Amino acid sequence: MTSTPPHPEFILLLENVSKSFEGFKAISNLTFYMDAGELRVVIGPNGAGKSTMLDLITGRIRPDAGKIEFGKDTDLTTLSEPAINRLGIGRKFQTPAVYIDHTVFENIRLSLEGSRGLWNALFSRLTAQRRDRIYEILKTVSLDAKSGVKAGALSHGQKQWLEIGMLLAQNPRLLLVDEPAAGMTDEETHKTGELLLSLEGRHSILVIEHDMTFVRQIARKVTVLHQGSVLCEGSVDEVQNDERVREVYLGRKKKDKH
Amino acid sequence: MRRSFVNTESIVVLAGAIFLIVVLPCLNAFTAPQSWLHVSDFTINLYGKYLCYAMLAISVDLLWGYTGLLSLGQALFFSLGGYMMGMYLMRMIGSLGQYREPIPDFLVFLGWSNLPAIWKPFNSFAFAMMMAVLLPGGLAAVFGFLAFRSRIRGVYFAILTQALTYAACLLFFRNSLLMGGNNGFTDFKFIVGYNLNLSATQRGLYICSAVALLFVYLLCKWMTSTKFGKIQRAIRDSETRVLFSGYSTAHFKLFVFVLASLIASLGGVLYVPQVGIINPSEMAPDHSLEAVVWVAVGGRGTLIGPILGAILVNGLKSWATRAYPDMWLLFLGALFIFVTLFMPSGIIGLPGQVRALKKKIQDRGRPAPPSDLTGAAPLPQPVPANSAAAPGRNASKPG
Repeated sequence: MTSTPPHPEFILLLENVSKSFEGFKAISNLTFYMDAGELRVVIGPNGAGKSTMLDLITGRIRPDAGKIEFGKDTDLTTLSEPAINRLGIGRKFQTPAVYIDHTVFENIRLSLEGSRGLWNALFSRLTAQRRDRIYEILKTVSLDAKSGVKAGALSHGQKQWLEIGMLLAQNPRLLLVDEPAAGMTDEETHKTGELLLSLEGRHSILVIEHDMTFVRQIARKVTVLHQGSVLCEGSVDEVQNDERVREVYLGRKKKDKH
Repeated sequence: MRRSFVNTESIVVLAGAIFLIVVLPCLNAFTAPQSWLHVSDFTINLYGKYLCYAMLAISVDLLWGYTGLLSLGQALFFSLGGYMMGMYLMRMIGSLGQYREPIPDFLVFLGWSNLPAIWKPFNSFAFAMMMAVLLPGGLAAVFGFLAFRSRIRGVYFAILTQALTYAACLLFFRNSLLMGGNNGFTDFKFIVGYNLNLSATQRGLYICSAVALLFVYLLCKWMTSTKFGKIQRAIRDSETRVLFSGYSTAHFKLFVFVLASLIASLGGVLYVPQVGIINPSEMAPDHSLEAVVWVAVGGRGTLIGPILGAILVNGLKSWATRAYPDMWLLFLGALFIFVTLFMPSGIIGLPGQVRALKKKIQDRGRPAPPSDLTGAAPLPQPVPANSAAAPGRNASKPG
């Protein structure tokens, strides 16, 4: 209804997707399209199904019904997480998932695009070219000075960036970013926003976020999820002025103030 | 700093290897029994046993310390290797058994007059060794495939491995399996033509165990230094991230599980001719649990740690089971609790812990004089040193 009809340039397509957990409908009849190269922000109150949506796309859980496709007709509903990742879908988790016992450098190295095979892991050596690429990525996420530090010793914000760096190292076509600004200072949040904006165009990016200042900074097009389906889509202003959105999401805030 | 650590480790390993592979056997072979330098046949045999246990410990650590997979059933693979060697050794008894029959005594006892088909190929040493690879490796491959495909991990994996070894233990207790029932195999006479009762043969087996352990150590050292080893530890720390980075973690875990089973099996193969017996009690769950304690005591996530742990805890066991036979399990339990609470990185981590503690005491002891524990003598000295270092430390404290 609010989504535009499919055309060949979609990078991600979800049609009539449903998923329930023991009777609770986490995702219900969700239809969602995303253009290649787009930076999209998905917002919605707690329990709207935002993270579940990412779980469905990345193969962590399977839909009860509906179609999930990547690029041109690649069905994602039967593939495993690693297989989906190898297609070019990278995901950043809400709480940073990094390898705390490895150095920042090694964290990026293990994420660098290339073979994911067992024999390769045993017998390959790190080429100078790949080493340079790792430092390049570390520079992009401002962690080049920390390359020898164990990831466990980084601050929360730095871990978030490291994970974004690990995602970039995979050079995915589609980045799924779950609340990148969570637990960050205002300055860090702003920097994260700039980083995401700088990637726009080269990668398609789907960001889930709560922080409205951050959403304003990066959003071109916003999708509002509510009770597992799309409530409305549009620019930040359009969305914020939408009656239904006010009711379920912003409206609640108003009530609190009174 | 890292480089110097690697060097320290290689020096320790080199010294240890020379001592175990060359010095001990020489002291056993070339010194007179009354000399204080002499190492008795009993000691050589005991150490041979410990070194086999060390291989079992490395196998546990490769899974638990490096990959985060706590297996409580590693002694199963150790025993299976041992049983394959045992079958060969039983065939080598020939007609020298109690019944003077050309088939193993227990089979005569069970009413067999001809050799059962499964026993026939075990006349060949090469076949037995092949089976010592295929049986534990195959079992680990099938079990691992099913477990990792179903994403079984953590406590559930530990429980399943324990159940597996317990089930195997019950199976081997049955006479109908034709594996000697609860008595297992014993009374071995020859191995590849050498008399097992000669001290030279036992010394040879001891040297084989030491060399095998060195080989296993070097193999694991190399493996853990590759990208594969890094992925192993990444799986331990954040499997989801590895999965979402495109690695099929199930394949990696399966590979480690099979490799660990083969290392354990190798230990078992060398263990049986040295202790002269193998029976189903080796598969009992408590044996696998003991191996976990060795690793915890030595220091998991390292390769020296499990070796140290296996030797020290078993040395302690040899002493305690003689001195306080009823108390041994209490000792072991207390040791495990103590290590878990106070030495999380085991003996290997002790120097680091002591250093950290020293620093803490120094930092704390600054304003208030140290308590009676430190004694009076060292007190006057730190005071002048303190005043110089104080500003830097105080400044760093709030940050």
